[in-house]
Amino acid sequence: MVEPRIIIVGAGPAGTRAAEACVQAGIRPIVLDEGRRDGGQIYRRQPDNFTRPYAKLYGSEAGRAQALHETFDGLKGKIDYRPETLVWNIAGGQVWTASQTYQDALPYDALLLCTGATDRLMPVKGWQFAGSYSLGGAQVALKSQAVSIGHKVVFMGSGPLLYLVASQYVEAGAHVVAVLDTAPYSARIKALPDLLAVPSVLWNGVALTMKLKRAGVAVYNGIKPMEINGNAAEGVSGIRFRTGAGVEQQVACDAVAMGHHLRPETQLADLARCAFVFDPVTRQWLPERDGDGRSSVAGIYLAGDGAKILGARSAEASGRLGALAALADLGLPVDKGEMASLRGDVGTYAKFARGLAKAFPWPSEQASQLPDDALLCRCEGVTAGDLRAVMRETGAQEANRAKAFSRVGMGRCQGRYCGLAAAELIAAEADIPVEQVGRLRAQAPVKPLTIAIGDDQ
Amino acid sequence: MSGASDVIIVGGGLMGSSAALFLRGHGLSVTLLETDLIGRQASGTNFGNVRRQGRPIHQLPLANRAIAIWRQSRELLGADVEYLQSGHIRVCYRERPELVGSMEEYAANARAEGLELELLSGNALRDQFPFFGPDVLAGSYSATDGHANPRLAAPAFARAAARLGAVIHENTKIVDAQKVGEDFIVTAADGRTFRAPILLITAGAWGNALSSQFGEPVPIVPKGPNMSVTEPVPYSILPAVGVMTPLEEETVYFRQVARGNIVLGGSTRGPSFPDQYRAYVEPQNTLSQLKHIRRLAPQLGKLNIIRVWSGIEGYMPDSQPVMGPSATTSGLYYAFGFSGSGFQIGPGVGETMAEIIAKGATDIPIQPYRIERFATPS
Repeated sequence: MVEPRIIIVGAGPAGTRAAEACVQAGIRPIVLDEGRRDGGQIYRRQPDNFTRPYAKLYGSEAGRAQALHETFDGLKGKIDYRPETLVWNIAGGQVWTASQTYQDALPYDALLLCTGATDRLMPVKGWQFAGSYSLGGAQVALKSQAVSIGHKVVFMGSGPLLYLVASQYVEAGAHVVAVLDTAPYSARIKALPDLLAVPSVLWNGVALTMKLKRAGVAVYNGIKPMEINGNAAEGVSGIRFRTGAGVEQQVACDAVAMGHHLRPETQLADLARCAFVFDPVTRQWLPERDGDGRSSVAGIYLAGDGAKILGARSAEASGRLGALAALADLGLPVDKGEMASLRGDVGTYAKFARGLAKAFPWPSEQASQLPDDALLCRCEGVTAGDLRAVMRETGAQEANRAKAFSRVGMGRCQGRYCGLAAAELIAAEADIPVEQVGRLRAQAPVKPLTIAIGDDQ
Repeated sequence: MSGASDVIIVGGGLMGSSAALFLRGHGLSVTLLETDLIGRQASGTNFGNVRRQGRPIHQLPLANRAIAIWRQSRELLGADVEYLQSGHIRVCYRERPELVGSMEEYAANARAEGLELELLSGNALRDQFPFFGPDVLAGSYSATDGHANPRLAAPAFARAAARLGAVIHENTKIVDAQKVGEDFIVTAADGRTFRAPILLITAGAWGNALSSQFGEPVPIVPKGPNMSVTEPVPYSILPAVGVMTPLEEETVYFRQVARGNIVLGGSTRGPSFPDQYRAYVEPQNTLSQLKHIRRLAPQLGKLNIIRVWSGIEGYMPDSQPVMGPSATTSGLYYAFGFSGSGFQIGPGVGETMAEIIAKGATDIPIQPYRIERFATPS
């Protein structure tokens, strides 16, 4: 029998565990990853010549990070690993890749998409000024290059990453001025029953908050961002916000890291024509999958945060589970008992993730309250007022229609940063449920592709 | 019966939307029916060339009529469709020197129809437009052509028509059309029916499904354009640029919009699926497009594309549209199958069809587009 070709996209926790399962089954998968090194975002590895210890880099998750990296290192030679390789399209049963100007098209028998997540962002007036970062971007600067995004940094938004990155900055010796959380503290109390599904992670979160407070960082809950002060020449100079009690306050800073938890990178699943469903808890469209990770398209499997935000621990389980499902579908022997146990693990993490979604709710109302002169789409320079005017003029109420007329989501990020907020703004303006606004269709290339592609081939 | 009017138009692309606007100008009541949303397929996804040069000489009167409308589009539509009269250049490559003669002959014939073209050597072109690569042998420059934004154009025509009283039904898929007595009865998938003594089919790639109902099937083939766009860069390329070549794969073109993005089009067209209402860009076609773009303008190799797209276009075997009255049924008119070249002439098509319907005649030559050319001899 010819060895089936399994392609794994992504070398984070899900992709690594998927690759490990394939190798254990005697298969040499192709692992495609955009990163220079494995680990993904959450367990991003520092450049080769950097020597910071695991505890310093990954805090409470140091053990998991190290175990994952060691697993990946052990797979080298047994997998066809292609780092710094962008999958820019999936079509015709092939994965289309680009690495610098080198292009390739790889057929597959099974394809596991472990594409990870990016920050879910809510625009704030002034968020285009230099010094304004996503939480993920702030974390990349620290983990990869050991630099802070500023001298005086504010963390604003909500979600576990807000506290994690802020505490990593404190740990690294950066000056964290304040943590401004849009979620009210009461939401966390209400979410406790779900959060107790994974007590260790819950306690990690509590410990992070306590560490920040001990370090003298001002932590505000239930705030409402009003404006990022600054100008185009000098960048961010401060944050104006309203406290939970409704009092307007300002805090001076030269950098701000923002995010409201995460959103899955689903573009490849979309290009592969996987079906999507609306998830009312997170107010996001997610690719459909069964309990093992099978998408609606035969031979395509979805795992990790790229399918649904369930966290890094769940990603390790769902990556392995997805690979076992693929192996089983290819007719290879798999341990059914292990699959059942992994399903149980993912279910537990899903309960915890539901708790997180409740504890750190997406402040959808902020989109509708954006002032007309606030930039909504940074790539294309479209303000909230521009989009509202287009809606009034054309009657557009569907995401792709509004994009066609206003350019919102049409730029190089393809709506990764503004798409969810734009949908909330449209829904509020049209007074329709956000699911009725639909979702921005992904278009190739999922990231910018050089016109020189294939030049030297 | 959901509605009665003087004219029913089936198909809300640029042809149908502009016809609706001009029919209102003649005082006729209009119902425009669109399967999906206005201008979503060929009209909204094409390259956006507002180009007369390169069209068949017999089509230039229609193209001239259209350019007059484009020039006053802002006033006519009350909207900016990003029309720029910033020139158009057609070039040929060194390996096809015989095309220079074709360009000269075309320029002479076009001048007789009022289109002035200036022929330039490759070096003269590169002096003025340094982005051209060394393979470019010569070019034909049309100062009065340009480009516009397809995403905005057809919807702007439809909104202008609606302001003048045209009734527009989107999300209205027509499944049946027949003539009963003096009237056409048009039925939507959800059972709504519409009645009018005149029916205009502007249904693009779906045109054959309706013309067949009147005994006039045509061999239309659905395809999809191959489009890409770069990230924005400083605005410096004014004219739209295209390659003259007999090879489809080499036929690439580009234009820069005022915002700075460069829109790339051409090379092999992809498949499209009218029944699913989707068209896909095949990755190998993107790669071949980029390769030929590098040959045309090597410096563009330094940029990235950020998005590709396609849409559903209807192609006729002779690349000419079906436009004019039905040969079987009085009161029935067609304007579809524009074969990937309908955007520039679109408003002229709408105005001409409105004229034919309202006045019974037009001075614009439409003989080459008659549907009878596809009739099987009985």
